[in-house]
Amino acid sequence: MSLNLRPNLGEQGKRYIRAYTPGDDFYEELIELHRDLSEEQSAQVNARLILLLANHIGDLSVLREAMAIARKHV
Amino acid sequence: MLSTYQYPKYEYSMPPELRGGVTTRHPVVVVGAGPVGLAAAIDLAQQGVPVILLDDDDTVSIGSRGVCYAKRALEILDRLGVGDECVEKGVSWNVGRTFFREEEVYNFNLLPQADHKRPGMINLQQYYLEEYLVRHAQALPDLDLRFRNKVISVSPEADGVALQVETPDGIYTLDADWMVVADGARSSIRRMMELEVDGKIFMDRFLIADVVMKADFPAERWFWFDPPFHPGQSVLLHHQADNVWRIDFQLGWDADPEEEKRPEHVIPRIRAMLGDDREFELEWVSVYTFQCRRMSKFRHGRALFVGDAAHQVSPFGARGANSGIQDVDNLVWKLRLVIEGKAPESLLDTYSDERVYAADENILNSTRSTDFITPKSRMSLVFRNAVLTLARDYPFARALVNSGRLSVPSCLEDSRLNTPDTASFLGDMAPGTPGDDCPMRAQVDNFWLLDKLGNRFQLLVYVDDPAKVPQASALQALMAGDLPIEVILVTPRGGRSPDGLRVFEDYTGRFAERYDAHPGTTYLLRPDQHVAARWRKIDPNAVRTALARATCKL
Repeated sequence: MSLNLRPNLGEQGKRYIRAYTPGDDFYEELIELHRDLSEEQSAQVNARLILLLANHIGDLSVLREAMAIARKHV
Repeated sequence: MLSTYQYPKYEYSMPPELRGGVTTRHPVVVVGAGPVGLAAAIDLAQQGVPVILLDDDDTVSIGSRGVCYAKRALEILDRLGVGDECVEKGVSWNVGRTFFREEEVYNFNLLPQADHKRPGMINLQQYYLEEYLVRHAQALPDLDLRFRNKVISVSPEADGVALQVETPDGIYTLDADWMVVADGARSSIRRMMELEVDGKIFMDRFLIADVVMKADFPAERWFWFDPPFHPGQSVLLHHQADNVWRIDFQLGWDADPEEEKRPEHVIPRIRAMLGDDREFELEWVSVYTFQCRRMSKFRHGRALFVGDAAHQVSPFGARGANSGIQDVDNLVWKLRLVIEGKAPESLLDTYSDERVYAADENILNSTRSTDFITPKSRMSLVFRNAVLTLARDYPFARALVNSGRLSVPSCLEDSRLNTPDTASFLGDMAPGTPGDDCPMRAQVDNFWLLDKLGNRFQLLVYVDDPAKVPQASALQALMAGDLPIEVILVTPRGGRSPDGLRVFEDYTGRFAERYDAHPGTTYLLRPDQHVAARWRKIDPNAVRTALARATCKL
């Protein structure tokens, strides 16, 4: 499997009338997750979130691809 | 003073109450002659309800305010009879481009499908819209538009309202059964009635500049995050009529509005943005902040709140005036049926329910846009810029770029007026949704479907052959009675109905496609063109039940 770079967010059983809604739902929750945290705390939350999601994805080749894109042009 | 626009000065005349001292009771008074109040009064008068429209001023909206009118608002303005003027004068556009620093990272097309009468959006200065609406309103015999009539007190009563109105000739009392409140974001009626409006203020300031210039930029919406000519902030550019370009510069909360408005601050910003020394003339400058908030309900007894008086949003998404015009679309047919005694007053509670639902959708989307455009924390800015750096190359990130989710009609999916589907349908035309447009033909006439819909309940029945319609006489019977339903046959092949029903030919097949229509598919549409119910086969009894549900009589 290769890294999916197409829009892929959504919730099971939910009908979305506007294509942007699931992405906006996620983004709002992501920003909300960091509310009232210090920069150090936010960095911790981000690191833990990446570890959790990486384990869920599992496939190292997918993770390598993602890591390469994330590092590019920074 | 604007160089491109001459503000009209409308004539005041002494109201009959002060001339003869006779006070008659009016069915409806509308307070506020902005775009929403004007639309409400026109819609009422054209549907046969005599209406008084009061405004404390004697001209149109001053300066640069509302800009974008979306497809759905244009369809409603078409129903009211002013759509053509607006579209002819306005600048039509469908494409928006978003830039991050120096690069384009994302673009969108509001109307990817062909065969719609109206574009995704037009840009038109608010004063033009108001001028066209006033001209239209003044030609209606059932509409009494009174300039320089300022409401100074309101007494809500069980079966109406009593207003004290101040004019250059003195004060008079005006009694009405119903009041439509359209007096804007700082509604004085709302304040006089001591009603609350809850929400939040955004800690940011924006500078509006209207600039007259000749520029060959395409008719598109351009949005910049962190551009080199205005670092760390956002900028939005819209092309309006008369070669007037509207530019919104984000300033940040600490900016001094009075300083920022001075030409010696504004002109260098614009010069930096244009990047060359082309000629331009500064026509208007102002600074604004905004709030996202709404009243808990839009009906308070005999007072019905519409537009900014009822709800306010941030400007990102053009969801202000557009939603106000949709409020009117939703309210007026209901108010007419209640006034005519054809529906219970509870129908007006569904105005509040449906438009509160829409207001929440507008507030949610415009708040999310604002949070993306002006991040409130360090981490929020880091994520925002991460999305923008990924957006150029990766489609998933483009979907997250939020420079404004532009006004689209609310699909009133949960409304109690809807009859739930009993069969499955593809496509978007679920109960609660406004009907999609498509080209139609009847004999030699070509027209748009939406131009034939509205102001009454209508039944669209899709048939193979209009000469062979099952239950034709039962369909005809729907057209009689207290609440008649106009029956229209839609057919792919044309032909005539021996039963005297109207026949529309779906000669492009767009109706079949957009409404997922097969022979027998039937749609009941409300007077505001929203779908009330749909079926896979013709069933006049089910239609009657759905009509009763859509008018709160069930």
